[in-house]
Amino acid sequence: MFDFSIVTHWIDNLLRSVMPGWGALLVEFVLIGVVLLLLYAVLALFYIYFERKVCAFFQCRLGPNRVGPYGIIQSVADMFKILIKELISLNHIDKFLFNLAPYLVIVASMLAFGCLPFGRGLQVIDFNIGVFFLIAVSSIGVLGILLAGWSSHNKFTLIGALRSGAQMVSYELSIGFSVLTMVVFAGTMSITGIVEAQANGWFIFTGHIPAIVAFLIYLVAGTAETNRGPFDLPEAESELTAGYHTEYSGIHFGFFYLAEYLNLFIVAGVASLLFLGGWMPLHIPGWESFNAIMDYIPSVIWFFGKAVLISFVIIWFKWTFPRLRIDQLLKLEWKYLLPLNLVNLFIMVLIVIFGLHF
Amino acid sequence: MANIQQEISGFLPEATFVEGAILEVAVPDAKWHELALYLRDKLHFDYLVSIVGMDWGETMGCIYYLTSTADNSQVSVKVETSDRENPLLHTVSDLWKSAYLYEREVYDFYGIRFINHPDMRRLFLRNDWVGYPLRKDYNADPALNPIRLEHEAVDDVTHAIVETEDGKLEERTNTIFSPEEFVVNIGPQHPATHGVLRLRTSLDGEIVKKVDVYCGYIHRGIEKLCESLTYPQTLHFADRLDYMSAQQNRHAVCLCIEDALQIEVPMRAQYIRTIMDELMRISSHLLFWSTFCMDLGGTTAFFYGFRDREKILDIFEETCGARMTFNYYTIGGLMADLHPDFQRKVKEFCAYLPAKLKEYHTLFTGNVIAQQRMKGVGLLSREDAISYGIAGPSGRASGWACDVRKNHPYALYDKVEFNEVVRTEGDVFARYMVRLDEILESIHIIEQLIDNIPEGDYAVKMKPIIKLPEGRYFRQVEASRGPLGIFIESHGDKNPYRLKINSACLPLVAGLDPMCRGGKIADLIAIGGSLDYVIPDMDR
Amino acid sequence: MEVKIKSMKYEDFKDNEYIEHLIAELKAAHTNVVVGCLDELINWGRSNSLWPLTFATSCCGIEFMSLGAARYDMARFGFEVARASPRQADFVMVAGTIVHRMAPVLKRLYDQLAEPKYVVAAGGCAVSGGPFRNSYHVLKGVEEILPVDVYIPGCPPRPEAMFYGLMQLQRKVKVEKFFGGVNRQEKREKVFGK
Repeated sequence: MFDFSIVTHWIDNLLRSVMPGWGALLVEFVLIGVVLLLLYAVLALFYIYFERKVCAFFQCRLGPNRVGPYGIIQSVADMFKILIKELISLNHIDKFLFNLAPYLVIVASMLAFGCLPFGRGLQVIDFNIGVFFLIAVSSIGVLGILLAGWSSHNKFTLIGALRSGAQMVSYELSIGFSVLTMVVFAGTMSITGIVEAQANGWFIFTGHIPAIVAFLIYLVAGTAETNRGPFDLPEAESELTAGYHTEYSGIHFGFFYLAEYLNLFIVAGVASLLFLGGWMPLHIPGWESFNAIMDYIPSVIWFFGKAVLISFVIIWFKWTFPRLRIDQLLKLEWKYLLPLNLVNLFIMVLIVIFGLHF
Repeated sequence: MANIQQEISGFLPEATFVEGAILEVAVPDAKWHELALYLRDKLHFDYLVSIVGMDWGETMGCIYYLTSTADNSQVSVKVETSDRENPLLHTVSDLWKSAYLYEREVYDFYGIRFINHPDMRRLFLRNDWVGYPLRKDYNADPALNPIRLEHEAVDDVTHAIVETEDGKLEERTNTIFSPEEFVVNIGPQHPATHGVLRLRTSLDGEIVKKVDVYCGYIHRGIEKLCESLTYPQTLHFADRLDYMSAQQNRHAVCLCIEDALQIEVPMRAQYIRTIMDELMRISSHLLFWSTFCMDLGGTTAFFYGFRDREKILDIFEETCGARMTFNYYTIGGLMADLHPDFQRKVKEFCAYLPAKLKEYHTLFTGNVIAQQRMKGVGLLSREDAISYGIAGPSGRASGWACDVRKNHPYALYDKVEFNEVVRTEGDVFARYMVRLDEILESIHIIEQLIDNIPEGDYAVKMKPIIKLPEGRYFRQVEASRGPLGIFIESHGDKNPYRLKINSACLPLVAGLDPMCRGGKIADLIAIGGSLDYVIPDMDR
Repeated sequence: MEVKIKSMKYEDFKDNEYIEHLIAELKAAHTNVVVGCLDELINWGRSNSLWPLTFATSCCGIEFMSLGAARYDMARFGFEVARASPRQADFVMVAGTIVHRMAPVLKRLYDQLAEPKYVVAAGGCAVSGGPFRNSYHVLKGVEEILPVDVYIPGCPPRPEAMFYGLMQLQRKVKVEKFFGGVNRQEKREKVFGK
C-alpha cells in the first residue's frame, strides 16, 4: 500500500535543501493551509450536492439536474451566488461577536481536519493525544453557535442558540464516552496508533458487543453534534425560522451552511477512524490473497469511502425521522444514552483487562 | 320546534318568533344574556355556530345560530340595538367561548361593542383603521385608509366595557402581555403557521405561557364584495376561501341559494357533487398529512403526500379544467359534465390509495419519535371543543360527533353508508388519526357512488339573474376542516343584502391558547399543524 | 448574444424584446473583457441558484408548494433551498393576495432580503388584486409597494407557468451587470425615489 509519507518527506527534504529550516517550515505551513482549504471547499461542494441528490432520491424527485451534467456543478453555482450576496449590517447587535461567530464555527471544523488521517501517512499532525485534540477542537463550534444566537439580538436566534448549547453539552458526553470506550480498547490516543491497531480487523468486528454499542451511540450523538435531523432543533425550520443563523446573510450564512456539512464529514471520518479502521483496508485474518487484493485499493479511497458511507447513513436519518422535542432530546441523552454508555465502558474495560477480545 | 318555541316563550314572554327552516327568536338586548343562559343550560343549545353581525339601516344587531349537540336541533336568536352612534350589546363570550372571537369580528365590521367582553380589539383590520367596513354607510374613500407601510402599534392593553353590579357601564382596560414578559412573534411570515397567521406567544424558556392570535393578514373583505355582486357572481369567492375544500365551500353556497329558491338539483349532479366533495376531502387530508409531518420535521412525508395529491388534481383537472380553483358547481347543478375518463380514473385512484396509506403509517405514524411528539399533546376535552366550536375532524378527535353529513344530511349523504370517525383522546395523535381514517371513509363513499352515477341532466337551466325571496337562509356543509356555514339575508334583490361565511377555521385558532399553555414551542407547532387551519378561510 | 436556458428554446420565450433591450443596454456601456467575463460567470452562478423565501399567503402558496414537491421538483433548477429567513433568500415569490394589514410586513420582508434581490408576483392577486380588486382591504397589485421583476398571471398559476416565470427571472439575472452598476436601477428609482 502506498505510503504518502514518502511524498511529504520528499517535499520536506527538497525545501530544506534550498532554504533554512524555519523557512521550510513556513512554506510547509502555507502549503498545508492551502491544501486543507482546498480540500475543505471541494468536500463541502461535494457534500452539498451529495445530500441534495440523496434526499431527492428518497423523495421520488430528481434533484439538481440542470447545472452541468446531472447537476454536478450545482453547488459551484451556489458558491458563486453566496459569495457575492450582500452582508447585511444590522443595528442593535454586538457587531464584533456577530462577525466572529461564523469564523469560530469554521475554524473549529478546520482544526479537526488537522488530525484526520486521510490516508497512510497523509495527516497534518500526528501526536500521541490526537483523539483528545479532536474532541477538544470540535467542541469550539458550539461557542460559535452560542455567540451567533446571542449577538443577533433576535428572540428566535436566542432560543436556537440556547437549545444548541443544551444539546451540544449533553451529547458531547456521549461522544466522549463512546470514544473513550474505543480508546480503552485500542490502548492509545494516537490516531496512527488506533489505525495501525486495526490492521488485523476493524474494531467494530474485533471489539465484541461493546464496540457495536459504542458505534451506535456514537452515530446518534454524532448526528446530534452536527445539528442534523432528527436533532436539528437549533435551526428547526418549522419552529424557529432558521434558528441561530436567522440574521446571517451572504457568506457568513455560507460559513454556517458549509460548517454543517463539514461537521458531518468530520463525524463520519472519526467514526470510520475509530470503528472502521480509518484508511485501513478490510483485512480478514487468514484470507491472505483477499487481503492482498484489498491492499491494492489506495488508502485515501478507503478513508473517504467509509466516511461517505457513514455520512449517507446520517443523511438517511435526517430525511426519515421527524424532529425530537427539546425535553425528549435531553431525556434521551441523560436517561438512556449516558447510563448505557457508562455500563458499556465498564464492560469494555473488563474485556480489555481479561483479554476477552479477538 | 313548537316545543322549543313554547319553552322559550314560557321563559321569556316578550320574545317574538319567526318560523322558518330554523326558528328565529327575537329578544331585547337586556334579556338576551338571561335567555342565552337558559338556552345553554336548560335546552342544551351548547354549540354556538355563528354570530352574524347585521346592519339593517335603522338598527344594527346580531343573529346567533345555536345548535344542540344532544338532538342537533337549531335555533337562531336575533338581538338588535337602534343606537348607531354607540351600539352596545351584551356579550355571551362567558357562556360560549367561541363567541370571544366572533364578537370581536362583529365589533371589527360593525363597531358594535359588547358589554362585559374582556377584549374589544379589532380582529381582522389594523387597529388604526378608520370606519367599520360592513356597515351600509361605510365610507370607502381610499384616502381615509391608504396603504400604510409603517407597522401598526402593538396593543398589549385592551379596552372593555364592564357592567357593574348596579347596572352602570364602565370603561376598563385589560392587560394581555405585561412588559416584562418574553413575547415572541410567530408569524405572519413563518413556515409553521400555514400562511399568514400571527401568534404572539409569551414564553418562559421553552414553555408557552400564553398565545394571542392576530388574524386579518389575508382579510380580503369577501363578505362586503358579495353585497354588490349577483348570486352567481358570488360563487367564485367560495373556491378561494378555504382552497383546500373548494368544492365543499361552493357546495355550501349553492345549497343555500338552491334552498332559498327551492330548486331540485338533478340526481346526476347530486352524485357528482358528493363524489367531488369526497375527493376534495381526500386531497385536503393528504395535504394535511404532508404539511403536518413537515411541521414535525419529517420532510420526506411532505413529498409523498404531494405525490398522491397530484393524482387527485389530475382527475379534477380533466373535469373542471383547473388544479385549485375549480368553479365547478353552479346554482342548480354543475358547470359541465364529467370527463369520459373520470370514472375509470377515480376507481384506479380508490384502489391505489389504501396501499399508500399503509406506507404512510409505516413511515410516520409508527415512528417512535412521531408518536412521542403526538400522544398526549394538546389535549382538548369534549366540553371545550363544543364551547370553542371546534368542530370537524378536530372536534371528532375529542369525542364530539359533529359531522354535518350525518347530523343534517345534504346531497347523497343520507343514502350512502359511512362511519363517522370519532376518537376520544382529544390529543394531536387523535386529530391526526381521525383525518387519516376519514380518507378511508371517503374512499368508501366514493366506491359506493362511482358506478351508479345516473344518466340525465347535470344542471337545471337557470336564468342569468337570480332573485332570492326575502328571508334569511343558513346552510352548513361539512368541509374538509369542519362545518362551513353560509348565511344569506335577501331583501328580494338580485344581490344579497348580507352574505356571511361562517368559516370552519376561526374557532380552531380560538382554541389554540388553552391547548398550548404549558406545552413547549414544538408542541405549539404540532398543535397548530394538527388543527390544520387554513388562514384565508378564517380571514375571508 | 442569446440568453440560453437549458432545455427551452429562445424562440419559445415571450418577451424576448425586453431581454434584448437589457442586452443592448449592457453593450452600450462597453464593459471591458475581464469584467464582462467575470460578470458572466457570476451571473451564471446567481441565475442557477435562486433561493426563494418561504412566503405564501393563499392559494398560490399551495401551488408554490407543489412546485417544490415531487412531480414538479424545482430542485432541478437549483431553486431548492427555500429559506425561511429573508436574509438568506434571493427572491420573494409573492404568492397570494396582499392586503393592507400585510403590506408593511411584506415591505419589511423585502427590505430584509440581501441584495441582489428580486420579486416575483405570482397569481392574479399579486399582479393586480385579481378577483378582490374592488375590496376595501386589498392592494391592487403588489407593485404598489414593491418593484416587481416578473409577473406570473393565473388564478392560481399552474406550476408550469410558475416555472416559466422563474426561467424568465433566470434570463433577467443572466443579462444583468453585476459589476459597474446594475441595469435594473431605473425601476427602483421609480418606486423609491433617488
